[in-house]
Amino acid sequence: MKGVKFSRYLLLGFLFLTGCQNKKKPNYQLFPDMYEPIGYEAYQESAAFRDSISALEPPPGSIHRGWNPYPYPNTNEGYQEAKLNLVSPLDSLEIDLAQGRELYGIYCAVCHGEQGDGQGILMQREKFLGIPSYADREITAGSTYHVIYYGINAMGSHAGQLNENERWQVSAYVTELKKELDHQANSNAE
Amino acid sequence: MNYTKEVSEDEIKFSIVFLKSLLFLVLTIFPIELLGQDDATIQQGKTLFNTHCAACHKVNRKAIGPALAGASERYDREWLYSWIRNSSAMIAAGDPIAVALFEEYNQSVMTGFPQLSDQDIDNILAYTDYVPEVVQAAQLTTATEGPSETPTLYKIFLIGLVIVLVLLVVMLYFIQKRLIKIKTQVESDFRPDPKIDPIWKAFVKNQFLVFSTVVLLFLVGLYQLYGYMMQIGIDKGYQPIQPIHFSHKIHSGDNQIDCKYCHASARVSKHSGIPSLNICMNCHRNIAEYTGEEDLAAGYDQEFYTAEIKKIYAAVGWDEENQVYTGQTQPVRWVRIHNLPDFVYFNHAQHAQVAGIDCQTCHGPVEEMEVLYQYAPLTMGWCIDCHRETSVDLLGNEYYQKVHEELSKKYGVEQLTVAQMGGLECAKCHY
Repeated sequence: MKGVKFSRYLLLGFLFLTGCQNKKKPNYQLFPDMYEPIGYEAYQESAAFRDSISALEPPPGSIHRGWNPYPYPNTNEGYQEAKLNLVSPLDSLEIDLAQGRELYGIYCAVCHGEQGDGQGILMQREKFLGIPSYADREITAGSTYHVIYYGINAMGSHAGQLNENERWQVSAYVTELKKELDHQANSNAE
Repeated sequence: MNYTKEVSEDEIKFSIVFLKSLLFLVLTIFPIELLGQDDATIQQGKTLFNTHCAACHKVNRKAIGPALAGASERYDREWLYSWIRNSSAMIAAGDPIAVALFEEYNQSVMTGFPQLSDQDIDNILAYTDYVPEVVQAAQLTTATEGPSETPTLYKIFLIGLVIVLVLLVVMLYFIQKRLIKIKTQVESDFRPDPKIDPIWKAFVKNQFLVFSTVVLLFLVGLYQLYGYMMQIGIDKGYQPIQPIHFSHKIHSGDNQIDCKYCHASARVSKHSGIPSLNICMNCHRNIAEYTGEEDLAAGYDQEFYTAEIKKIYAAVGWDEENQVYTGQTQPVRWVRIHNLPDFVYFNHAQHAQVAGIDCQTCHGPVEEMEVLYQYAPLTMGWCIDCHRETSVDLLGNEYYQKVHEELSKKYGVEQLTVAQMGGLECAKCHY
């Protein structure tokens, strides 16, 4: 009888121990002062800011290094002007279509499709609808850049994910895709 | 089970009959509007709507543009034709309704669709007018079939399981009682020989046995202690509850969104970056409801996911009714999972962009994780193992060609590993 009782306690003990292994909490650290930084870490909460958010927008009017002014406003007129007047600052040697393709694949192809025909995975799964093919829209590298910068209609701004050079690379790649699509449409028509 | 199924089928039949009679009534009362709406027209309208309109319009909800349900009643048919073909011209011409609409929707220009014929537009309008009834019917059938059926099945299964378990417990109790009875009977019959020592006494008398047991226990204890000490500070499997139930499975698995779409700074920075809410809003401005697969066993139904999307709106201050930002924002306190000690330097851009290593190499099958957890132990041994095994892609790096050739000669290998290029030097990561 004693053996039975003892094994019962052992079982209870095991249950208790496994109950302690909580995946919702981080593990112990041996010497926390070696692990935890004294300086601020990215995203760390700080009482110095409102709601303790350290990931803040830059103060209004501040300019980060390498920033170039973008004169076209986020309006319909701005869009039309960008379409007509804005040209890529990249010359033919600086345009890197491989990079453009990679970035397009990450940021655009989920909706616009690998070919730019508007048949991305989110369109196929009916999360987004009515995404136009580049062939059906009059777009230039300038207007593409403008739309990446500000977003348009249901598309949001992607200026936070792509820097100036990358936006131009993507614009160049989109122009290339449009050329191919137009070419296909023409050859189909003939 | 069969019984409930029959009832629900009856209910469905009843609701279909009810709907049909309702439709019949509606048809007899308003014959002009609805008689022409056969299924083919509506189907064509739906296809046209999805390709041309759905980017900015939803049928029953305001989006970039107004909800289209009932648009054919709100506006004159001829006016709609010219508006859809070229709205900018009408605004420029100063049409009062057109200008009012333009102002109401933040001056967003509606793309002109000169390619649509009168018939096409009629089809689209037929679809947008028809949809509410379809939705109603769908709701009715799901009300009788969907949510009631599956949970009851699930509940019945659970109740059955509980009954079986209770029965098992009762049975075991009786078996145990019976066994104890038999045992006491046997024990009363069994008289131990007083000359033979009980087993524990015999054990204590045997010094070799005692010694080897002590040594064994000591070694096992040492091993256990070592195991315990070695896992201190390692958070493999750490899976905290996040303030918003963000499912990587849905986003990067089902919808195949690239990791770097949201974690954009992993390409260019030390940090992979927690996406700010404006990146969520790139898509969720448009996607306000979850309509995908459910996981009812875990309690993740569509309502649950939709409620999580509303949490984004609350945090970012998005007024869904009026489609504007209110400016009333709240922080989302995400819980950090992967955290290296302060004395180690790690750079995401160097690994994910320069070396081109898949995110999954260190973060595991994130695209299958409903709730994210730490996949790798993130210990130094784990880092070093990978540095020893991974060979570096040297193609297209002419600047260092000479150094690479000399190193290859030194180690006598074709492919240099990270370790051979200095990836084991202390100060590479600790400084």
